[in-house]
Amino acid sequence: MFNPLQNTNRRISPSVLFLVAVTFLLPASSGMAEYADVVLNRHAEAEGVRPVIYPHWFHRIRFRCKVCHHELGFEMKVGANDITMAAILDGKFCGMCHNEETAWGLEHCHRCHSGLPGLKTGIRGGDKAGGPGDY
Amino acid sequence: MMKNPAPWSKRPKRFGIKPLLFALLWLAGSFCFLVDGVVDAKEDVFANDGLHDPQGPSFGELQRPDEAFVGFPTDTVGNKVRWVKALRDGAINPRTNIVPETKIKILDMDLILGNTGDNAFVLFPHRAHTEWLDCANCHPEPFKEKYGTSGIKMGAILEGKFCGKCHGAVAFPLTECARCHSVKPDTFRGKFGVQPVAKH
Ligand code: HEC
Ligand code: HEC
Ligand code: HEC
Ligand code: HEC
Ligand code: HEC
Ligand code: HEC
Repeated sequence: MFNPLQNTNRRISPSVLFLVAVTFLLPASSGMAEYADVVLNRHAEAEGVRPVIYPHWFHRIRFRCKVCHHELGFEMKVGANDITMAAILDGKFCGMCHNEETAWGLEHCHRCHSGLPGLKTGIRGGDKAGGPGDY
Repeated sequence: MMKNPAPWSKRPKRFGIKPLLFALLWLAGSFCFLVDGVVDAKEDVFANDGLHDPQGPSFGELQRPDEAFVGFPTDTVGNKVRWVKALRDGAINPRTNIVPETKIKILDMDLILGNTGDNAFVLFPHRAHTEWLDCANCHPEPFKEKYGTSGIKMGAILEGKFCGKCHGAVAFPLTECARCHSVKPDTFRGKFGVQPVAKH
């Protein structure tokens, strides 16, 4: 006996309930990345270390943008700088400061390599914006 | 299609259980919120941010933004910090250079950009920007050093060009229309472009 009304009702109600459940459970289970955190994972995970999290908020308390993006020459575009561990150990990129002089040295691997497995390279934003063009 | 009225007579039965289930879930949901709120008070913001690995050996060594921002002027968006004010009020004093001979250039020049359709005009303050940035971050790309010649369009900004290179990525997000579109057309009597030097 085919009855559309009954059938749709049966099919919808569990999914509605599920949606309601999800709406309530989501805020309890997922936090937000801090605005402007950058994930760098072009080589890290493939080479067996955790992805790198670069926090803009932390560094901009200590340095103006011009220090990195002018004086030290970081391009203002994720992925535009060819950052590798070899270059860093050579005193380039993060290694221009993380040299035991301006900041702690490179032996603290896990402070930089602190990300969850599987993260994609890119800028994050917990609040409304997820990066350029993605407000 | 509905030739049989029987389903209608069955409906009260279904409605009987559905509100009950709904109410139960609602209760469970509110409980989650409650617990969430209570836990939030001391919850580690990195523990569930989808970014940091709590198993990382240095997880505990990293500073948390909510601890770092104590006493900073607050905002509702982005990092929830009014960065321009934090700098002006001296809440922070970030370094301007590392090499002593680097030249620090600050420019006190406001521009009013008037190509905004029906919207309020845009006030662009060079001072607030050059306190953080170097001229080379904006000139000659993406902005030419002459008013009205860069072809700035809101659509392109939303795609991450022009102002959107920074706003929506690191500086306050593009949802804050009025922070840029801050000059009311009906009261503005001056000229577009460079504004007469403001008193300080
Ligand atoms: C100041 C931050 C920092 C520190 C400290 C650091 N790294 Fe890295 N490391 C990076 C960045 C940034 C990358 C490039 C990430 C990417 O795009 O995959 C990287 C990449 C790597 C890679 C991937 C291969 C490559 O050449 O790029 C390995 C392996 C690595 N690091 C190992 C280490 C080890 C081991 C240590 C400790 C001795 C360490 N790192 C300390 C920032 C750091
Ligand atoms: C300590 C160094 C440092 C400071 C200070 C700094 N940045 Fe960055 N910035 C970076 C690094 C590293 C990246 C990532 C580059 C890469 O992936 O190649 C980046 C990327 C960016 C990007 C590109 C985002 C994207 O999605 O393409 C923008 C825009 C940016 N920064 C703006 C700023 C602004 C504005 C300030 C000042 C408020 C600032 N930065 C301060 C190091 C810094
Ligand atoms: C302009 C200098 C400078 C550059 C460039 C720089 N850092 Fe830092 N970084 C610092 C300073 C200073 C500290 C704080 C050191 C301290 O507390 O003793 C720091 C701290 C950190 C921290 C620890 C934050 C915390 O919570 O304590 C991480 C992670 C970090 N940097 C990652 C990076 C990565 C990754 C790069 C390269 C993409 C980088 N930094 C480039 C200066 C720099
Ligand atoms: C970071 C600064 C900034 C923010 C935030 C911003 N705008 Fe704009 N907007 C501009 C600039 C700059 C122009 C171009 C003005 C000019 O060239 O004279 C513009 C132009 C416009 C125009 C004119 C038409 C066009 O395509 O250029 C409209 C409409 C507009 N904006 C709407 C908005 C709305 C709605 C929001 C909020 C969602 C917003 N803007 C947020 C800077 C901003
Ligand atoms: C954050 C971006 C930004 C920075 C940094 C910046 N400018 Fe500008 N500047 C602009 C914009 C936007 C315009 C207007 C362009 C347009 O209307 O097409 C402009 C216009 C100008 C003009 C033209 C004014 C006129 O007569 O029409 C001059 C001169 C200028 N800037 C000089 C500087 C100097 C010098 C510095 C560094 C001390 C600097 N700018 C830093 C964004 C910037
Ligand atoms: C190169 C990066 C960059 C570009 C490009 C840029 N801004 Fe900004 N802007 C910043 C930073 C950094 C701040 C400091 C506040 C913050 O980080 O939220 C800021 C702050 C501002 C403020 C607030 C000033 C105050 O007194 O609070 C306004 C308004 C503004 N920008 C408008 C614009 C407009 C309009 C454009 C495009 C014509 C533009 N910005 C382009 C980086 C940029």
